[in-house]
Amino acid sequence: MQQIENTTTPITTATALDWYRTMHRIRRFDETIDELFAQGKVHGTTHLYIGEEAVATGVIATLEPGDVITSTHRGHGHNIALGGDIQAMMAELLGRATGYCHGVGGSMHIADQSRGNLGANGIVGAGLPIAVGAALGFAMRHESHLVVAFTGDGALNEGAFHEAANLAAIWRLPVVFVVENNQYGMSGSVKEMFAIGHLADRAAGYGIPATMVDGMDIFSVWETASRAVEAVRKGQGPHLIEAVTYRYKGHSKSDANRYRSRDEIQQWRQRDPIDHLRRYLADQGIDPTELDRIRQEEVQAVAQALQYAEDSPWPEVRMLDDAVYALEEGDHA
Amino acid sequence: MPEMTYAAAVRSAMEWEMAKDPRVFVMGEDIGVYGGAFGVTMGMVDRFGKDRVRDTPIAEEGIVGAGIGAALVGMRPIVEMQFSDFIMNAMDQVVNQAAKIHFMFGGRMSVPLVIRGPAGAGTGAAAQHSQSLEAWFHHVPGLKVVMPAFPDDARGLLLTAIRDPNPVLFYEHKLLYKIKGEVTESDEGVPLGRGLIRRYGTHATVVTYSLMVHRVLEAALQLEQKGWDVEVIDLRSLVPMDIPLVIESVKRTGRLAICHEAVGRGGIGGEIAARILESEAFDYLEAPLLRITGLNTPVPYSPPLESAFMPSVDRIAQSLATWLVHEGVSA
Ligand SMILES: Cc1ncc(C[n+]2csc(CCOP(=O)(O)OP(=O)(O)O)c2C)c(N)n1
Ligand SMILES: [Mg+2]
Repeated sequence: MQQIENTTTPITTATALDWYRTMHRIRRFDETIDELFAQGKVHGTTHLYIGEEAVATGVIATLEPGDVITSTHRGHGHNIALGGDIQAMMAELLGRATGYCHGVGGSMHIADQSRGNLGANGIVGAGLPIAVGAALGFAMRHESHLVVAFTGDGALNEGAFHEAANLAAIWRLPVVFVVENNQYGMSGSVKEMFAIGHLADRAAGYGIPATMVDGMDIFSVWETASRAVEAVRKGQGPHLIEAVTYRYKGHSKSDANRYRSRDEIQQWRQRDPIDHLRRYLADQGIDPTELDRIRQEEVQAVAQALQYAEDSPWPEVRMLDDAVYALEEGDHA
Repeated sequence: MPEMTYAAAVRSAMEWEMAKDPRVFVMGEDIGVYGGAFGVTMGMVDRFGKDRVRDTPIAEEGIVGAGIGAALVGMRPIVEMQFSDFIMNAMDQVVNQAAKIHFMFGGRMSVPLVIRGPAGAGTGAAAQHSQSLEAWFHHVPGLKVVMPAFPDDARGLLLTAIRDPNPVLFYEHKLLYKIKGEVTESDEGVPLGRGLIRRYGTHATVVTYSLMVHRVLEAALQLEQKGWDVEVIDLRSLVPMDIPLVIESVKRTGRLAICHEAVGRGGIGGEIAARILESEAFDYLEAPLLRITGLNTPVPYSPPLESAFMPSVDRIAQSLATWLVHEGVSA
């Protein structure tokens, strides 16, 4: 097996090919959503993960069964990297009864709890204290699971982040905060919304060790996350990773991109995380047709998911009657 | 009179007051070059600069609190909440601070602050971006709550809200931003606490506000074709609330229905009902009252569910018709 050099643990080619597949699945899924919105086939809004695929894929690759994540409004990639079912995801986006939330939630609330996703969130920063609470639960029960709390850069300016970071630190909880610094919170550039150069520097104020990583390079992401996860699992308390990345598409469907230049977007696209991985795999001697085939399979899979969603029934209004309260603990109907 | 959209009317009020009064400024998330999530502040930064059309980080508690502080030293801030649901992140500043300061300090200070933003469902924005939580703020002494239904009211009421020495929650409805209407660009504000009879009728009084004014008026047309004639009151502001207008109307019609988009349980409808039952209009009531409201659920995403959540024109017309028939009101 070929192995990746300069990393603490070897990556097999098979693993790298898996990542390649996952990243394409995320991209194609969100490209499809983008098209559906453009065609007016979906209502509401959505936040696409295109350009940021290496972060979710690389971080989630370091997790073990029983670990959990909290996700964000830009959560499709997290759920797909966890192995989520793209048919149920697509059905949710189309508001169908077969969706993850039976059509009640939509784009911002897709989450596969069976795979450890405690929730995507429409409220910026809201997942962070929830992540801390999950870690508290694990710690109180002496379980070795950990929590990855995904967050955007913009969310670091919400009070919720600060309260969560401090709680995690003083209680030495097993949380890895993963800041997806895609340079903007909607139109607010990190240059204008922060008075510090590196977001990772924030962690020091809470006594949390932090690492910055190139979020367009999945190997770096994976390696950094592996180290953080290892330390956190050993009981050393929380860690913060700032993954520097970029969102290619508008913030949501209604974004005219007035706050950034075409040039800037173009420059970041040159550093595309999927191309980066592809070049690596080609260098390893993988036949490009094999790589094309993987991509094609994912395009197919997403097309099938869309077909499944379109063929699925709409939810019936009377389902709302029983939807608001759980009947008993663990009622996850 | 120029025609303008509801969104443009909101903008017009802010611009008018900013041009006139240097103490007035706006701050909020993505209100500068982006122009606001719903385009309400579009172009304002070009006219007034980044200082007075101030983009903020995503920090609702911080910016509402900063609005209060600026108000305390003599500014007249307008804080935009990108979705009114996000006021939840600023609850302490709104409820424990802004609402209390004047009272708690013995009237020595006041908080001339406007918090404005879109409320309501109908855009597929789901449970955390579609709520109508006006009843919560209506319940808190010290706050005023305004919910215009038409562009001219949006402009006139916002002018008055900015000039008010108290904290005012100004709720716009997402589905109203694009509606058009004639608006006079004058200095005259619309007073808070005056409802309007949008349609006269004899069989029943229907009290409503915001988006539902439009739907109730449409439903009233359907009923008219069947021979019923309902009166429609647009409250325009919930605190202060024009209860005398409702009393006077109910004394004429003898029947009261209330329609709002917000969840029925604990909603404004209950308060209006109680106020009428406590009043001299009680003796004139000929029927149990009727509430037509949002379902008692969070706002669902899927289009058929979301439509069922909100009172539709058909649901309103049917509810009213069934009620009138049941009460033996002949058309
Ligand atoms: C409390 C709250 N405030 C504002 C918003 C509106 N909003 C949604 S996403 C977003 C930007 C978030 O930026 P960031 O955390 O960097 O995540 P990104 O979108 O870049 O992934 C904003 C302002 C919200 N959903 N919740
Ligand atoms: Mg961001």
